[in-house]
Amino acid sequence: MPYPCLDIQNLAVGYNTLTVTHGINFTLPEGKLCAIVGVNGIGKSTLLRTLAALQPQLSGEIRINGEALAKYTPIELARKLAVVLTQPIATKNLTVKELIALGRQPHTNWWGTLTQKDIARVSDSLRVFSLDEIADKKCFELSDGQLQRVLIARAQAQDTPIILLDEPTTHLDLSHKVEIFKRLQQLAHEHTKTILFTTHEIELAIQLCDSMLLLDGRNNPFGEPGTLIAEGHFERLFPSESVQFDAATGTFKVKK
Amino acid sequence: MHPSTSYRSRFLLLILILLAVWILNVSLGSVRIPLSATLATLFGQTLENSSWAYIITQYRFPKAMTAILVGGGLSLSGLLMQTLFRNPLAGPFVLGISSGASLGAAVLLMGSTLLGALLFSDLSLVVAASIGSFLVLLVVLMVANQVRDTMTLLIIGLMFGSITAAIVSVLAYFSAAEQLQRFIFWSYGSVGSLSWYQNRILGTLVLVGGVLSVISIKNLNALLLGEHYAQSLGVSLKRSKLVIIVATGLLAGSITAFAGPIAFVGLAVPHLTRQVFATMEHKILIPAVFLYGAILMLLCDTIAQLPTTAQVLPINAITSLVGAPVVIWLLVKKRKMLF
Repeated sequence: MPYPCLDIQNLAVGYNTLTVTHGINFTLPEGKLCAIVGVNGIGKSTLLRTLAALQPQLSGEIRINGEALAKYTPIELARKLAVVLTQPIATKNLTVKELIALGRQPHTNWWGTLTQKDIARVSDSLRVFSLDEIADKKCFELSDGQLQRVLIARAQAQDTPIILLDEPTTHLDLSHKVEIFKRLQQLAHEHTKTILFTTHEIELAIQLCDSMLLLDGRNNPFGEPGTLIAEGHFERLFPSESVQFDAATGTFKVKK
Repeated sequence: MHPSTSYRSRFLLLILILLAVWILNVSLGSVRIPLSATLATLFGQTLENSSWAYIITQYRFPKAMTAILVGGGLSLSGLLMQTLFRNPLAGPFVLGISSGASLGAAVLLMGSTLLGALLFSDLSLVVAASIGSFLVLLVVLMVANQVRDTMTLLIIGLMFGSITAAIVSVLAYFSAAEQLQRFIFWSYGSVGSLSWYQNRILGTLVLVGGVLSVISIKNLNALLLGEHYAQSLGVSLKRSKLVIIVATGLLAGSITAFAGPIAFVGLAVPHLTRQVFATMEHKILIPAVFLYGAILMLLCDTIAQLPTTAQVLPINAITSLVGAPVVIWLLVKKRKMLF
């Protein structure tokens, strides 16, 4: 039996002595789209950064293809796992093409030479994300929606089996949100990538994701959206006095 | 990223300008020497007028060499700092790195009366100034990790300058007039006082800084996205930052030691370069800022020596007169300065 792409056992994340969330358990096979949801401050981004080895885990196990995360060298990990973060990129004075080409860094030599294969991957990402027309534009000229697409394209160009995204749809309008979700789904299913992302768009996630992780600070349920609805987990996600979950439509209603 | 071939002509132009400015620089000075004599010396002919030959080979050529190393090296260290701090206003002078070097030099030049007999040589000056600049660079880097704000970082740099100035004035109060004078002349900045031997030392150090920068090119490009993204691209953050810091400290420290604190070149040149080379690719920017900085420094030195008079203005004043307006212009014209 092959190892699951991502295997998380009894993980606790946080900062030094401050545990933000603990008792996280889930496994993800390849080619699945999975959303992490939960209230603000519950530790969604902390979990994502921990999985990307950008901050140390407090306890528990993180395995990628059966191998512990800590065993990977930085460059090995960069070939397994790409990220899209919420923090803005440090300089927006790069063209779209240059930014996406930076995604090829884990595969290039010490001088960063782009081979024919690298150039092909970059053009492929430009095409898949419909960025050909703006390929030579500078990032500061782009709209929020376009920039987000470019950042996801960069992660795709990195050519890793796993992509982690931190709130990829924040600041976008509904149609752009749906577009990003659809593209993530397409990446997972057609390009067989394991995609894990944090989001506040629970209703969209229910419709489009293969599985979801609900960080509730207690038992952090994980499973298919339908199963999670049937087991009534969404009702307990938010304080019950403000919103109510409607299991029939998979939506939240404001309590009057 | 794509190192575009379209930059080739611009590089060629820069090299030609550098050559022209170099010829201008070595053919002008307090003594009027015909251009033909200068060129003849350059091509290895012996001049009949031996004092001309001496001035050209022992004074003007080394001075031009120093100007190239100082201008190019400071600009390169400015570029490294702007990428390292991801801050368009970073540079060896504004961040207090030059002040650190000054402090090191001051302690050595003036503090020797307090510290007892300290072996004084060119090399010890370099070591003292480099240690000073490294220390300030490390402290600034630690502070920069705490505060991400551009302006705060610059104000902290300014404060370092003030602290250094205060310590220097305390040292000055206790030191002998002769040592004080020596320090003051050093602090005016000069590219004209280096022998060929000293040039060789400076050249070696700038070369080492340059090599360290070149091997960091890939990491520097990744750092353009921010530290977390760089890490996710497989950059070993601690090691690559250390290499960049050593390169920066070596360049800024050794240049300041030999030529005094020279203002604004390191900050302004990377921005001027990006006006011509519209890219962030360090493969292009590193050679481009070096050439650009060398040209600017040669020009400033040509102005500073006030052709045909015996007067030499402090080069620091000239670079400030050129550099400060450039920074103001950039700030006003492009309110959000991109780096």
